[in-house]
Amino acid sequence: MSDTLFPKLPYKLKQRADEATVNIQLQQFVNHATYSKDVARKQAMGGAFGENTDAVRDLAGQIKQHTLDHLDHYLEQFIDNATATGVQVHFARDGEQANQIAVAIAEANKCRLCVKSKSMVTEETHLLPALEAVGCETVETDLGEFILQLDNDAPSHIVTPMIHKDRTAVARAFQRELGAEYTEDAEALAQIARKHLREKYRKADLGISGGNFLVAETGSVVLCTNEGNGRFCTTAPRIHVAFVGIEKLVPRLEHLGVMLKVLARSSTGQPLTCYTHTITGPKREHEHDGPEEVHVVLVDNGRTDVLHEDTREMLRCIRCGACLNSCPVYRKIGGHSYGAVYSGPIGAILTPMLKGLENYTDLPHASSLCGACYEACPVKINIPKYLIQLRRDMVQNHLSGTGDRVTMRLWGESLQHEWSYRIGGWMQKTFARMQAKFGGTLETDDPYASRGWLTWAPGPVKGWTQERDMPTPTAKSFRHWWRKEHGR
Amino acid sequence: MKVALFITCLTDTFYPRTGIAVVKVLEKLGCEVAFPEAQTCCGQPMWNNGHHHEARELAKRMAEVFEPYDHVVTPSGSCAAMIRDYYGEMFEDEPAWRKRATALSDKTFEFVEFLVNVLDVDLRKHGVKWDGQATYHYSCHLRGIGITDEAVRVMKQIEGLEYKPLEKAEQCCGFGGTFAMKYPQISGTMVRDKVSCIKATQAPTVISNDAGCTMNISGSCRREKVDVNFKSLAEIIAEGMGLM
Ligand code: SF4
Repeated sequence: MSDTLFPKLPYKLKQRADEATVNIQLQQFVNHATYSKDVARKQAMGGAFGENTDAVRDLAGQIKQHTLDHLDHYLEQFIDNATATGVQVHFARDGEQANQIAVAIAEANKCRLCVKSKSMVTEETHLLPALEAVGCETVETDLGEFILQLDNDAPSHIVTPMIHKDRTAVARAFQRELGAEYTEDAEALAQIARKHLREKYRKADLGISGGNFLVAETGSVVLCTNEGNGRFCTTAPRIHVAFVGIEKLVPRLEHLGVMLKVLARSSTGQPLTCYTHTITGPKREHEHDGPEEVHVVLVDNGRTDVLHEDTREMLRCIRCGACLNSCPVYRKIGGHSYGAVYSGPIGAILTPMLKGLENYTDLPHASSLCGACYEACPVKINIPKYLIQLRRDMVQNHLSGTGDRVTMRLWGESLQHEWSYRIGGWMQKTFARMQAKFGGTLETDDPYASRGWLTWAPGPVKGWTQERDMPTPTAKSFRHWWRKEHGR
Repeated sequence: MKVALFITCLTDTFYPRTGIAVVKVLEKLGCEVAFPEAQTCCGQPMWNNGHHHEARELAKRMAEVFEPYDHVVTPSGSCAAMIRDYYGEMFEDEPAWRKRATALSDKTFEFVEFLVNVLDVDLRKHGVKWDGQATYHYSCHLRGIGITDEAVRVMKQIEGLEYKPLEKAEQCCGFGGTFAMKYPQISGTMVRDKVSCIKATQAPTVISNDAGCTMNISGSCRREKVDVNFKSLAEIIAEGMGLM
């Protein structure tokens, strides 16, 4: 599992991506599921906000941007207010430190069993093995994550972690690992998981969660789940530890009004997630339920580097997954191809920032820059712009290869003059048409429509013709026509 | 109205008929069309690949070449988006050039956008007639310039043209410039998805306005033996007006 999200660096995307494109199962599930989620998002956002959809996205983006612009202020405010409610706030510079904090809490309290709800930050820090190493059995309780844990597999989507698996895989895992009878009935499968997990909640002495938002004004952790497992994890055990990235802050409770609405609609097309908890402090004296201790671990793990003015916008991300669902590349290659915790368009810009551009030079390039992600993003992160910015950084830091530099330099230069542009065009046309003529594919006599087709080509065009035919230029160009008709 | 045509390198060499149609339609609608022959490329391939120095040099050239004209029309949404979305950002540190480059951004329009939003044309008043069924490929970079269903609305003004909607219309065809060559297998899977949607419409004609998309999709149709015709909306209109 660890190899899937933590591959050997530098990571090259090609092998996994190419395998994914011929993986029929992946092509069917991921392609279909993401497409229908994308449709659901559009309907939900459009249905609720109509013509104002764009303005609502602007607002959500501004709330996050403002918070990031004043992050030090709001972090302090959060720490003060959370501490006042009895929460113990910790700060972790990196993943290892975050895990150490959690492990120390588990050890100090002799925790033997931990129930955990879904959290991308804990994937980042690789928390689960760290807890298990000190004898604290840890159970994933989000249904998707639970199944991945049984299969020793890794999440491939921010919101729908097992989007690459189907029901039969669940049935097999339950049969093999839980001794359940084989069934593909969704209801029955849910019951099996429920029965198994209920027992765990009852016995657990540690609960781990993530956090979708932190509210500075009240010191609260806000958690959105659809299965109710988050509530069990954060109320049943004696101790609750929340792992949250420092960028998850919003200033005030009232901002949740906007953020929760766009989060649910963008991620699953729901008006709200089924369970939205606002956790403000541990159990009070007069209360019956809730943990006695609440810890919030504020995780940096590379985020302050992204906080630079030029890239800060990336930290607006509320992990809704809309950009993944809308992305034609993600649909075809699935999450594991990105070789990191965050996949899809946001992963393609965030991973190189968090883990070193030199380690992930493929990610910014493996995109057609179609802009679907930008259009989908509820906080308006201009992902294509950042993809290009990272490509530029690669050129400037000599990570893009000499061949690439020389080609672009020459190409750029040849376009600086009309004569060299024309010679270039003429050569391209002549060679391509010659080859097409040999292949017998030249069509029609109209000089402005007559073209041939290449089924094989050398050099950089080879990749093109490997997958599809390449049209040749026509016998005469537009320029030729213009001179003839409107000639000098 | 005086209009300069920015033909773009791909349309110039691969789809001259589209350029011819744009000129004829615009002239028919009363525009005076100029074609500054010094034009070459907007710099998009360089910019998108991170070679920003080269892109800037080409952008300067563009700004100069088109400086004398009031409107610039191009048959490519992609190149229009390049000029509109990035020419300002390109010259953040060079205010003088920034001014000249954004002046070009402000007056550059994609052809269909120009018809609808600037000329405010209603083809029904021009008796445009084109018989046949056609589907339409929405090219991604139209998003960048805020164009959504304009082309479809125009198609519906053409008598005899039966519009067949395309499933997953907003999904990229997988062209993406050098992307198609750098990641052929991903790109190939994307374009085959597009081709299967086209096939499902059963329309014999695909209207596709961006040269890059057309090269990609038509090349895949040929490889997959899906027999369809490709035309730009400009060609359809010109044919429908009896100009070609
Ligand atoms: S980048 Fe935007 S669309 Fe993608 S997960 Fe983050 S918030 Fe959602």
